[in-house]
Amino acid sequence: MIAYAISCATRGLAGVPVTVEADIANGLPAFTIVGLTDRAIQEARERVKPAIRNAGFKFPQRRVTVNLAPAELPKVGTAFDLAIAVAVLRAEDSALQVNGAAFLGELALDASVRPVTGVLPMARCLAAAGIKRLIVPIENVPEAALADGIEVLGAASLQACVEYLRGDGSLVAGVRDASPAAPTPEPDLGAVRGQGQAKRALEIAAAGGHNLLMTGPPGAGKTMLARTLPSLLPDLSSDAALEVAAIYSLRGTLRERPPTTLRPPFRAPHHSISRAGLVGGGTGLAQPGEISLAHRGVLFLDELCEFSRQHLEALRQPLEERSVTVARARSAVSYPADFMFIGASNPCPCGHLGDAQGCTCDARQLTAYSSKISGPIKDRIDLVVSVPRQGYRDIFDGADEEPSSAVRSRVEAARSRQGDRAGRGNANMTGREILTAARSTAPARRLLALSGERLHLSARGFFRVLRVARTISDLAGEDRVGEDALAEALHYRIEMAE
Amino acid sequence: MIQPRWIDPSSPDWPARLCHLEAAPHGLWLLGATGPTAPCVAVVGSRRATFSGFEIARSIGGELGAAGIQVISGMALGIDAAAHRGALEAGGTTVAVLGCGIDVCYPPRHAELREQIIAAGSLITEEPEGAPPLKYNFPKRNRIIAALASAVVVVEATERSGALSTARWAADLGREVLAVPGSIRSRQSSGTNLLIRDGVRPFLGIGDLLEAVPELRRAVPESALDSPPGGDGGRLERFSPPLREILARMGTQPVHPDQVGVALGLSPALVASRLGALELAGAVMSLPGGLLAPEPH
Repeated sequence: MIAYAISCATRGLAGVPVTVEADIANGLPAFTIVGLTDRAIQEARERVKPAIRNAGFKFPQRRVTVNLAPAELPKVGTAFDLAIAVAVLRAEDSALQVNGAAFLGELALDASVRPVTGVLPMARCLAAAGIKRLIVPIENVPEAALADGIEVLGAASLQACVEYLRGDGSLVAGVRDASPAAPTPEPDLGAVRGQGQAKRALEIAAAGGHNLLMTGPPGAGKTMLARTLPSLLPDLSSDAALEVAAIYSLRGTLRERPPTTLRPPFRAPHHSISRAGLVGGGTGLAQPGEISLAHRGVLFLDELCEFSRQHLEALRQPLEERSVTVARARSAVSYPADFMFIGASNPCPCGHLGDAQGCTCDARQLTAYSSKISGPIKDRIDLVVSVPRQGYRDIFDGADEEPSSAVRSRVEAARSRQGDRAGRGNANMTGREILTAARSTAPARRLLALSGERLHLSARGFFRVLRVARTISDLAGEDRVGEDALAEALHYRIEMAE
Repeated sequence: MIQPRWIDPSSPDWPARLCHLEAAPHGLWLLGATGPTAPCVAVVGSRRATFSGFEIARSIGGELGAAGIQVISGMALGIDAAAHRGALEAGGTTVAVLGCGIDVCYPPRHAELREQIIAAGSLITEEPEGAPPLKYNFPKRNRIIAALASAVVVVEATERSGALSTARWAADLGREVLAVPGSIRSRQSSGTNLLIRDGVRPFLGIGDLLEAVPELRRAVPESALDSPPGGDGGRLERFSPPLREILARMGTQPVHPDQVGVALGLSPALVASRLGALELAGAVMSLPGGLLAPEPH
């Protein structure tokens, strides 16, 4: 007797439908699961058996073999439990009709169904593979319902699921609720006094998706400024939001971030993070790292120079390619990583270089500190801005500051100009595209030639300056890149050369 | 390869000015192509100098070097090294008086500077070969700097800086002492400001030095003094009025772009683009910490 149930495995953000085959043969009672499984799937035997018994069914006292096909694909996790139980029960009870349904869920010993990670990308994959119906744990229904073209049903327990398959019970139907979740309040730019240069740099970075480095003494407000950046960014498109939600679903962190929210993510990992945590990795199949969780949003590295050199170097490829491929023993997977990079650092170990308080570091410490940020990383940073310590008067007597909403409307206007021109942000344009997009005036071209000599710009450096200048012109609503825009773009680059 | 040699009061190239010292050295180790000449000027200051102090020392060294006046200093970090470098860059000669043995490179980071000084000037010391740079050697070394020099310029010094000991030795020996004034809030200039309060002549440009020491004035050919220091006549002319407005308001103290914006009532975007243009034209340089200062020339 043989029976099937469909489930799904993930491979990066893509899924692969998995056929769970159960065969029951005469012989000594045994329960084997094969098909490149990990430890969690092997342990499924000890969950499925009691769950079937406790649900009031009989576990066959014969030789039970379960195969997860395709058998050469490595599989991990507990989401196969439900499909394994359904396949085993169907092998003995032909009254159970799956009707083209797929199953995801972990079984508890008392036969209730527990939530699993990665349901959203798996639901999207199953829908694309032509599966009509998907049964998931109740808790995963809202995220699974976001996938188009598949009917989602929530099962609270194995009994409920089996009754449904017999045709005499119903499950909780998922209703697609794509209305954006209420946005969580974001820190507002208006709360920061003074810091005109830094705010301008944030506006440019937000408008073009550029990478930004802020330096300044401790307590000057770098972190606070960085945290206001999300409030300047426009909402994500629903496609982009779904892509982001799929990554969070894989990491099982949708509780921190509702799947329907349209706000771009903001990730600020601590500098003690492991490299796998930052770029993705882990044992077995690679999990998405912080850079992928920041996809379509902001990755903020506070105290940049405290991050190990290797961590920073690992960002080089994702910053350029906007995705990351992590190879592990079992297979290599790719995750999207299209993020804006924001760094903050002190200018020196004591933090007071160039500050009124005076720096107490010696020259060797300074060299060691600044060499933490290697040339290749510096080359990928578009804007550098210094954030000075504020005086009493700046903090308490200043005029009212511009709120984030005003800046955001300018950013949105600039972004729509970019969208009309190239269909994407300036930061993502190729060299050829930027050359045509950033048509510059004659004085601007002279300035650019001069800057190449004085700043020793690399080819990448030239293009980065042009992209930033293009964004500045977009903010000003100008068609051509003028001298002023170019000079401003160069100003934010010169600070890095020092 | 030049070998170090021992000179004493009987040697033909023994600097006669050393006899002004009460406790003159019995002899000196000398290593380099050109020994101390007269007249010469000592440029001294703190090891932990500010960037502007560093620039000032370098430009004084450069102007002296270009005028053919030898620069004497102590090859220490900070002001000393900047003065030596300035003189070397201008093609002048420079002498470093060490507080360690002639064959010891201290600080080790100055190995390259040391080679340059040996090639274009000399190192001298009264310490025996192989002597380590002990703390109490340095005040002793300062008296030699003061005795050799016709005048001593203190660029930046805190109240406890060794540069002030050089100034005291110089004053005792009747050498002219000049001090570069600084902001009254700058800790790095507190020592030089104190010197000025106590009657030391302020150094505002090389003209002050030549005026104070007739011996130097006689040594400098008129042609070397063509460009009067301090005047920026014509320097502003090449910029458009908005850029000139910024330059004119900048003064010499480093400022942050935000301060420029507040003072002139300009938006951060305009400030950034104008400063960018000035930086590229070489009229403004950016210092660590994001501050900007006008370039000296």
